[in-house]
Amino acid sequence: MNKWTRRAFIGAGTVAGGGFLLGVAGFAFAPSRHSLVSDDAAEKGQLTTWITITPDNVITILIPHCEMGQGTPTALAMMAAEELEADWSLVRVQEAPALDAYANGYIIRAAGGEYVPAALGRGVDYGAYRIAEWFGFQVTGGSTAVRSTGEYGMRVAGAAAKEMLLAAAAGQWAVSATECTAKGSRITHAPSGRSSTFGELARAAAAVSVPTSPALKHPDSFTIRRTSLARLDIPAKVDGSAVYAIDFTTPGMLYAALEMAPVQGGTLISVDTTPAESMPGVKKVVKLNAAVAVVADSFWRARRALAALRPDFSDAGHGDVSTASIFAAFDKALGAPPELPKNAAKVVTADYRAPFLAHATMEPMVCTAKVDGGRAEVWTGVQDPLNARSTAAKALGIGPANVHLTNFLLGGGFGRRLPFNFDYVDLSVRVAEAMSPTPVKTIWTRENDIQHDYYRGAAMSRHAGALDANGTPLAAHSNYTGGGNSEAVFMPYAIAEQNTEEKEVKHPIRPGQWRSVLNSQHGFFKESFIDEMAHAAGRDPFEFRRGLLGNQPRFKAALEKAAVLSGWGLPLPRGEGRGIAICESFGTIVAEVVHVAVSADGQLKVPHVYAAVDCGDVVNLDSATAQVEGGIIFALSAALLSEITIAQGRIVERNFRDYPMIHVADAPKITTAFIRSDAPLGGLGEPCVPPLAPALANAIHAATGIRVRELPISKTPLKRA
Amino acid sequence: MAITITVNGTARTLDVEPEMPLLWALREVLGLTGTKFGCGISACGACTVHLDGRAVRSCVLPISAADGKTVTTIEGLAQDGTLHKVQQAWIAHQVPQCGYCQSGMIMAVAELLTRTPAPTDEEIDAGVTNICRCGTFARVRAAIHAAAGTEGATS
Repeated sequence: MNKWTRRAFIGAGTVAGGGFLLGVAGFAFAPSRHSLVSDDAAEKGQLTTWITITPDNVITILIPHCEMGQGTPTALAMMAAEELEADWSLVRVQEAPALDAYANGYIIRAAGGEYVPAALGRGVDYGAYRIAEWFGFQVTGGSTAVRSTGEYGMRVAGAAAKEMLLAAAAGQWAVSATECTAKGSRITHAPSGRSSTFGELARAAAAVSVPTSPALKHPDSFTIRRTSLARLDIPAKVDGSAVYAIDFTTPGMLYAALEMAPVQGGTLISVDTTPAESMPGVKKVVKLNAAVAVVADSFWRARRALAALRPDFSDAGHGDVSTASIFAAFDKALGAPPELPKNAAKVVTADYRAPFLAHATMEPMVCTAKVDGGRAEVWTGVQDPLNARSTAAKALGIGPANVHLTNFLLGGGFGRRLPFNFDYVDLSVRVAEAMSPTPVKTIWTRENDIQHDYYRGAAMSRHAGALDANGTPLAAHSNYTGGGNSEAVFMPYAIAEQNTEEKEVKHPIRPGQWRSVLNSQHGFFKESFIDEMAHAAGRDPFEFRRGLLGNQPRFKAALEKAAVLSGWGLPLPRGEGRGIAICESFGTIVAEVVHVAVSADGQLKVPHVYAAVDCGDVVNLDSATAQVEGGIIFALSAALLSEITIAQGRIVERNFRDYPMIHVADAPKITTAFIRSDAPLGGLGEPCVPPLAPALANAIHAATGIRVRELPISKTPLKRA
Repeated sequence: MAITITVNGTARTLDVEPEMPLLWALREVLGLTGTKFGCGISACGACTVHLDGRAVRSCVLPISAADGKTVTTIEGLAQDGTLHKVQQAWIAHQVPQCGYCQSGMIMAVAELLTRTPAPTDEEIDAGVTNICRCGTFARVRAAIHAAAGTEGATS
């Protein structure tokens, strides 16, 4: 390995046909720019960089993240185009291939709960790059794309490219680069009136030495960022031409339908394959360790034949596990409520419960694979192509370099398609191996999807709080089960004694990351409890919180903004109420106010949700707003209706009939305000989820006096006495 | 069994089991993959197409029920290269996120507007029951009103 140098942070080269490419090390380059970026990089399939400018003046930006509806590719391209002074109409995006060179290192830090240290500035540290390479991650998750890849990569790549184009123009015209300006994909030398497009200068620019510290634009001069630009992926999503993994086809391809061991950890004991084998279109019944697959010439025929089988699976000794047994274990582990100061004038205690949840992406899990000798082709939709590639390689006992993976648009992610959750890739390549060399597309049914997810963990917490005679909080403690971390349990409030303690409970339901991860449960717990403390103190819940945020100006500003947006304090008709909650996650602070109306017979409506969001700054205003709306609806659907239950070790729910979702009729109006703070960019895919459930429960309390302490809310009767 | 359907203006003859759902005939036999599989039980609407002009959920509709009939899928909604007004509104309001449910959502809305050209919010609530997991509902409603020319007509 060559020595890591500052100069190697950014690399450039030419592409076939004359042009210019540029990237930032750590995301796009190996430590030596010469090893991966060279004149024949394109021919070698190693166009391992981010920005390509071709003679037709088109700028192509490679994005080391997937598109699952969050608008990341467009936002990242905006960040590069801004620094580059590009004509946005000439910018194209492309998802980076699943190659080691595109490992996006900063997710490692985010996954570890760390923020990117400011000292790293514009470079990318070698350590993070190496870790990412070793782990083989190319993740889209943790709400990291814009705040890491964008802020520490795309901006730098764009700024460096601009400086190189300026230098190339200055050289050609024998003028000073400082007299040249870049604007609208064109370099102009005003004194002489000369002007060339980026495309005309691209080849010369590629020969310019790479600036080590390109100057970044001041936000006040942004013309692309902070605006609302149409997402580049949307046109194909309204005419049926967008291609998801389920849409991929390849000649001779067969289809597989799966039945998996209903109890996690169970294995296939036996199956009589003959009833399926004689059915039309069936090619083979494939027995796997914990599943049986029928391969046929159409998915429908595969599925029909699968239904004729009666496989016998073991239950791995988990046949007596149920929702009740898990919550009983939670209750026992939590023990006595945490101890409180002796001088408390008033004590508040409460238990909260959050259920298991499935992701239920609209596109079920799908993976097509072709295994031929020691090589494999995989076509799928994942939030991490590199880790998925490793999963396929491991299942086949071959090296990752022998697996070529193509990633498609994702029909929803929400954490289901993150690294280590690639059972669908594993099973698919095993089926394809049994049919080698015929390619096989394995499609999960909705029932497979709901019953074999990596679930948002069920959790329970036991809180105890103390107030003095003036209603000032002295202590707020909690014990919890189901997982947590310092971010999830953090309360910004000035309460002298705060302690949280995890009580570990093991159970066999496999956990996953569900949009906002542990914040989804803890947001409900802690922001419900502070509301209960406010009521115990006889204080308005907004004012109570605000009074405890004197040392947290960003929290205070977001809380106040949400209150103002919602008309907090204005009178409401009987049966209506407002609830407020505030949470920080993934570097973004979100305060939400939910307005509810509860009829006398207990029918709940949510007419309006207000969100004040401090994510530092906004890149694409409209798609950022869409993420706020999406997070709120995702959280609302779960809070109102969603619960995965377990009986005899098996997931009970099967499809959208018993794991229902809200519809357009149930969707509130959503009013969003972004707060521009001087904080580093925060994430947006997840942070609007955590405050919703507590704000909703708090609103129900305000409307009815009924305190919801268990999700989903549908479990609590809201009929007024 | 040979079944003949007119799909997006072209007569197609398929030799498949009569009970094969229209969805899978469209996707796997005719290669029209814009129509999506979401649940298989007519609960989510991702598979919505028009059968003789009426919105149907094709995942549970046996193809025999479409024999001799006209089917329009998302690929056939634009006319003469011009996007349908619902598709145009979907772009203007930047409705899709992941986009997977949107073929079905757009087909459901296009049919709603033929039946109810100026729908109220209540008519939208009753007429559009597709599931979207990304949570695009507020934009769906706004885009329907835009396509119908009823912006600002409701609360």
